[in-house]
Amino acid sequence: MADTMQFDLVSPERSLASLQAAQVLIPGAEGDMTVLPNHAPVLTTLRPGVVKVSAPEGELDYVVTGGFAEISSEGVSVLAEQAHLGSEVKKEDLEGVLTFAREQAEKAGDADKSSAEKLVADMVQLLEDME
Amino acid sequence: MPNLKDLKNRIDSVKNTRKITKAMQMVAAAKLRRAQEAAEQGRPYTARMNAVLGGLASSVGGSESAPKLLAGSGADNVHLLVVMTGERGLCGGFNSSIVRMARAKAEELTADGKTVKMITVGKKGRDQLKREYGDRMINHVDLTEVKRVGYANAHDIARDVLARFSEDEFDVATIFYNVFENVASQIPTMQQIIPATFEASEGADNSTLYDYEPGEDAILKDLLPRGVATQIFSALLENGASEQGARMSAMDNATRNAGDMIDALTIEYNRSRQAIITNELIEIISGAEAL
Repeated sequence: MADTMQFDLVSPERSLASLQAAQVLIPGAEGDMTVLPNHAPVLTTLRPGVVKVSAPEGELDYVVTGGFAEISSEGVSVLAEQAHLGSEVKKEDLEGVLTFAREQAEKAGDADKSSAEKLVADMVQLLEDME
Repeated sequence: MPNLKDLKNRIDSVKNTRKITKAMQMVAAAKLRRAQEAAEQGRPYTARMNAVLGGLASSVGGSESAPKLLAGSGADNVHLLVVMTGERGLCGGFNSSIVRMARAKAEELTADGKTVKMITVGKKGRDQLKREYGDRMINHVDLTEVKRVGYANAHDIARDVLARFSEDEFDVATIFYNVFENVASQIPTMQQIIPATFEASEGADNSTLYDYEPGEDAILKDLLPRGVATQIFSALLENGASEQGARMSAMDNATRNAGDMIDALTIEYNRSRQAIITNELIEIISGAEAL
């Protein structure tokens, strides 16, 4: 069994990471999941949170604000709408997303209310964790 | 015979023009490189997004529960044209070619009895379309202040378009932009974004069976708006590169023209200078002979 797999993190504007990783923690929409090599193929949406990558060279954290992750036989690719390296992220970058999420939650109809509110809660949680 | 001073002045003014066009060409070349890099870096995301959405759309698309964004509103009466042009001129046929295409489409739709609405991105397109379609324009996005087009800009446009769609303001949305082929050629393109269409990319591995978390429907519902934003973003990037490419080649032509003009004027200047000298000599010699 392979000890590492390919990990890619891309945002619309650039590719942030492409490396071999031993394990990746993904903030999935329905809960965190840790991906090891040879994981079964899964497609999941992300909630705002932190992607933790354990590579042979060390641990890397990335803050993402949503998007999706594709886990296939080749490895993991995370497509994030906004992504920042954990050590570089600034609160201002994320506050715009939170404001937008709040607006959405206010406007949302009954059917979408819970998911919109969950997004707000996730963002608040993420911002609190950063402090 | 034009007098020498006038010629001299004209040569100087054309030389100044050449300096300006040359500078603009070099600026465009530098910006083009940056725009191309941006387009290049955006490509993996777009490709992956389209591949995943393509796969999802084909498996969910046919069913009754398909989201409205994918299936459409069931009507085909109101068309929204999103016309993306540049903020500045002096770039050859770049703006006009998009506008021409959008206008042709708008005329075709109007002839078919459909209603046309427009959103313009970029000042030049609005200026050219304002006279005919001014009353159909429902929004204008101004990117004059934006130095570098980011995903946030595309996201804002997408948000506006999607909000209008969910309020049933239109049935079909199409974007118009230039695809960057190379410096010499940019291809005006129209692409339907709502109802969403996704080209299955080549070599896409459709055989893999994914587990979906949450369900396929929920993922699709979450991803479709992002997919629309991504398509708009990649169109903006292509457009940015195209604009700089078009400007670069237009300014290159202008520089060369100015050079030709300077050569022609210089020959004319020298000829008339020599003619004057010859005349003066004739006057002196005939004066001496008369003595």
